[in-house]
Amino acid sequence: MTLVLHRIDDRLIHGQVVVGWGQPLDIGFIVLVDDAIAANEWEAELYRMGVPDEMEVFFHDTASALAELDAYRADERAGILLTGEIGTMQQLVDFGGIRTVNLGGIHHKPGRTQRMRYVFLTEPEADALRAMAAGGVVITAQDVPTARAIPLPDVLSGATL
Amino acid sequence: MSEPRAVVAGHGEYASGIISAVQQITGRGDMLIAVSGAGRSAAEIEALIRSTLAERDVRVIFTDLHAGSCSMAARRLMRGIEDAVLVCGANLPTLLDFVMADGLTPQDAATRALERGRGAMMMVGPSAPPAPAGPTGGGTA
Repeated sequence: MTLVLHRIDDRLIHGQVVVGWGQPLDIGFIVLVDDAIAANEWEAELYRMGVPDEMEVFFHDTASALAELDAYRADERAGILLTGEIGTMQQLVDFGGIRTVNLGGIHHKPGRTQRMRYVFLTEPEADALRAMAAGGVVITAQDVPTARAIPLPDVLSGATL
Repeated sequence: MSEPRAVVAGHGEYASGIISAVQQITGRGDMLIAVSGAGRSAAEIEALIRSTLAERDVRVIFTDLHAGSCSMAARRLMRGIEDAVLVCGANLPTLLDFVMADGLTPQDAATRALERGRGAMMMVGPSAPPAPAGPTGGGTA
């Protein structure tokens, strides 16, 4: 197996990730890439407590994730690459080897405008997604596996609102 | 009208739905305050639970799923509230026991309700495991 899902979700590890995606994909590990959490053992432990015993979680800042990415791709288990920030995922995409990106939940905060029920973006964030797509990455929004995957152009245009 | 004693937080309409069941059974649904994580960021959920605890002067939080965003938010904010209690995976028997626990502090009521909620789970049918020895929980005080 390998990394089977590359997801941007500002809640990081939560029910949709652990149960909604984790169980049907038989996920064995999660690679959580977030500079702040990687530097904060208390926060990392909080997220570690949120996953079942059979699921392993690895915490990385962006630089160390890039160094380890190929090793995770060679893992025999199915894994999720998870970031809370679009910019972090963009750096991982720029490294190479990521062909699909899943938008899981990017919620409201100042400066963002709503594009979908669970996707809010600033213009620079929208541009970052456009840039990834222009580079050949297929980007869709899909909170859970049973939902329809919404193509990036429909996300950006607010077509589902 | 009863004083609020706990926040119930979870996915979708979990909180309002289970509180409506508590209200229908006991008439004490107003002892529980519903918080939904739906459509909110982790920071927004944490802020909402934090402000609710402060404004309603409650220290007990029930959530639906220990890996869920509401549980994560509750654990995070509990760092600054030493007497707060979090019960994850709360089911209807848990909340029924909690609201009927007259005479106990909310924290003690939550401790007892946790055990009652655990004991209330059962399976019926040909593949059901043998019932455990001893009394089973699930009552309402």
